[in-house]
Amino acid sequence: MIPELGHGALIFALIVALVQALLPSYGLIRGDRRAIASATSAAHAQFALVLLSYLCLSWAFYANDFSVAYVAQNSHSELPLMYRLAAVWGAHEGSLMLWMLMLSGWTLAVARYHHRLPADVAAIVLATLGAVSTAFMLFILFTSNPFERLFPAAVEGRDLNPLLQDPGLVFHPPMLYLGYVGFSVAFAFAIAALVTGRLDTAWARWTRPWTTAAWLCLTIGITLGSWWAYHELGWGGWWFWDPVENASFMPWLVGTALIHSLAVTEKRGLFKSWTVLLAILAFALSLLGTFLVRSGVLVSVHAFASDPARGVFILGFMTLLIGSALLLYAWRAPKLATDAPMRMYSREGFLLLNNVFLTAAAAAVFIGTLYPLFADALNAGKVSVGPPYFNAVFAPLTLPLAFLVGLAAVVPWKRGDWRESLRRLRGIAVAAVVVGALLPWAVYDRASLGACLGTGLAVWAMLGAVHEIWRRARSGHGISSITPAIWGMSLAHVGLGVFVLGVTIVSSYSLERDVRLGPGEETELSGYRFRFDGVVESQGPNYVADTGTIRISRNDREIAVLHPEKRLYRVQRNVMTDADVDHSPIRDLYASLGEPLTDDPSGEWALRLYYKPMMRLVWGGASLMAIGGLLAIADRRYRTVSAAQRKAVAALAGARA
Amino acid sequence: MRYLIPIALVIVLVGFLAVGLKLDPRKVPSPLVGKPMPAFSLPSLDGSRTIDDAALRGRPLLINYWASWCRPCLEEHPLMMQLAARSDVNIVGINYKDSRADAQRWLARHGNPFGEIAQDVEGAAGLDWGVYGVPETFVIDAGGSIVYKQIGPMTVHDWQTEVAPRLGVRP
Repeated sequence: MIPELGHGALIFALIVALVQALLPSYGLIRGDRRAIASATSAAHAQFALVLLSYLCLSWAFYANDFSVAYVAQNSHSELPLMYRLAAVWGAHEGSLMLWMLMLSGWTLAVARYHHRLPADVAAIVLATLGAVSTAFMLFILFTSNPFERLFPAAVEGRDLNPLLQDPGLVFHPPMLYLGYVGFSVAFAFAIAALVTGRLDTAWARWTRPWTTAAWLCLTIGITLGSWWAYHELGWGGWWFWDPVENASFMPWLVGTALIHSLAVTEKRGLFKSWTVLLAILAFALSLLGTFLVRSGVLVSVHAFASDPARGVFILGFMTLLIGSALLLYAWRAPKLATDAPMRMYSREGFLLLNNVFLTAAAAAVFIGTLYPLFADALNAGKVSVGPPYFNAVFAPLTLPLAFLVGLAAVVPWKRGDWRESLRRLRGIAVAAVVVGALLPWAVYDRASLGACLGTGLAVWAMLGAVHEIWRRARSGHGISSITPAIWGMSLAHVGLGVFVLGVTIVSSYSLERDVRLGPGEETELSGYRFRFDGVVESQGPNYVADTGTIRISRNDREIAVLHPEKRLYRVQRNVMTDADVDHSPIRDLYASLGEPLTDDPSGEWALRLYYKPMMRLVWGGASLMAIGGLLAIADRRYRTVSAAQRKAVAALAGARA
Repeated sequence: MRYLIPIALVIVLVGFLAVGLKLDPRKVPSPLVGKPMPAFSLPSLDGSRTIDDAALRGRPLLINYWASWCRPCLEEHPLMMQLAARSDVNIVGINYKDSRADAQRWLARHGNPFGEIAQDVEGAAGLDWGVYGVPETFVIDAGGSIVYKQIGPMTVHDWQTEVAPRLGVRP
């Protein structure tokens, strides 16, 4: 009965979403305040129904109800509880349920905060979110119903894909979806701006925290995915330019551009139509990601079981949503744009450059990801685009961003003076050049142009961000006058510097060694001695593993014991590599098991050992960016209602009444 | 006018995606299926000799396009190693757009499932074979004709249901 309850709740949620999309719009046209206000109640009801439906599906997993086809395909009674609950989003149908839960959650959040918005803006935002919900719910109910029964019921489940049985992957999809779906709020605000014609400073202020929130979730989601790939795939890499990684990276790049252009729209009232376009694009790319992953038009490791019918459906509603948004844009945006004069040498000028580089980087990723598809569709022959393309294109497009971060920090809004900037940046520039030139030599004994350039730019970006805080703290009002938004921005920029430094050092100075070792034998890598103590068989809840023991010592002192594993999952019969890593702030020591080289697994093994300096900085930098986003949202400016705003809301309410 | 550019780009993109759905790389069989394998002549990975299509005729085999930079190749690698251990399955590897050193390091690290390995550095032979990306696996019959093309990593399920029957061996 419980799965049917869940199915029923989802159908009711669809009806409520339809009401949420239509009734407020009707209310706006007719000036009916009760119809306008219905959006809020609809948002609450929708969230309750979707949550109920989601909990019913989770219950089926919890109770091992293998009469539900989706549970039978993706769970197993031996699967630990944590993974059973995470298995809800382990495949296509359930991950859409998670998507839906997030969407109704964001909608609820907007509805609860909407008293700060004018009624017409709030109504259109909620109606737009209702329309997006309607599309997704139709998609779930017609092509991907997770509550479908299996008759006769399966005796045992087929187990969750072992790739997904990892703590990192438990949290990766929810964070990623929170980010993807979060851009629907920015999208809805863009639609509201186009419809009502309110594309002003207040609009930018309403939109900013939502955009930052979505961006920060996406940042965390992408970082977790990369962390997982690093630990689980067993060959030391952390980013692979896989189509699905790219699908999450494109909205991130455009979302980052959006955050910056929103800042300009709020502070200076410029870039208005561009900001709205970016908001539409960020969500469009999130939808495109969904389409690419689920339709099977591209080959990827992540791909869900592909089904052309689903592809057609997503393509259809993506075209409808984004197409109508862009038509609205083409119709309304020309009237909203203002051509205020702008100087290039000013903060807004540099933010424009920032947007140019970020969108160009997104376009480069977009082309690389879809190029095989374009070429195929045009009969231009079959091609593949691998990491070589992305690595060649991406660094030249993103390193200038690190340069801009340091430069823009000292340039004021409206008009900058390059002599003044030069004076302020002299010290930082000298520090960046000196550290960039010396650090690679001093610490790692050898250097390349890339290593020096990357290190220098990283130092430049970090010092630039710190300098801004220092300058504000010294000027007039002291350190307590610095708002959380400024702290957040500076922290995120320091994070970018830390990230660039990490990537530079890891890619320039990693050492790896493939060795063949028997029990008791040793090898040396970058001053660390790795002793292999053989492999023993061990039992997990639903797998058997060959567990190796590697003792690492330096200067005859043992510093770590690693246990890399090769796991054979019993139900699906596939082998997974589980690497083990010893972390320290300055280096990772990474070991993974290759193949046994003798018939007896207690004999010799091929081992992969890596020394990866500064690897923590890659994750640390990404985490700082996310924390920066969190600080920025916490800024009170976004939560207090200004007197002028309150007056506007009251006036509007009066006009409607 | 310039405000219409985004919608125009989206229309073009949707057109491509719609065509892309029909060209579904996993579902649509290669036009080469049923035809003799394309003629090629490539250096072996160790550089010691040349491998051509004529030398490969006469017995059923799998031709696997792979590269050391290809992550999905690692996914199917354990299965390839299992198949390589059997006496009734021959796998010829074609190393695609890769450097010799990288490929050899990859094989040393993960194990070598291939009886013979040819190297297609420029991807020129890959064009003749219609290789879309790596990995791709072709099933060749004793007469040298392509009977099946697996796009993307081969799973145990693919092996059992599609590949083994066409190769004429037990799954």
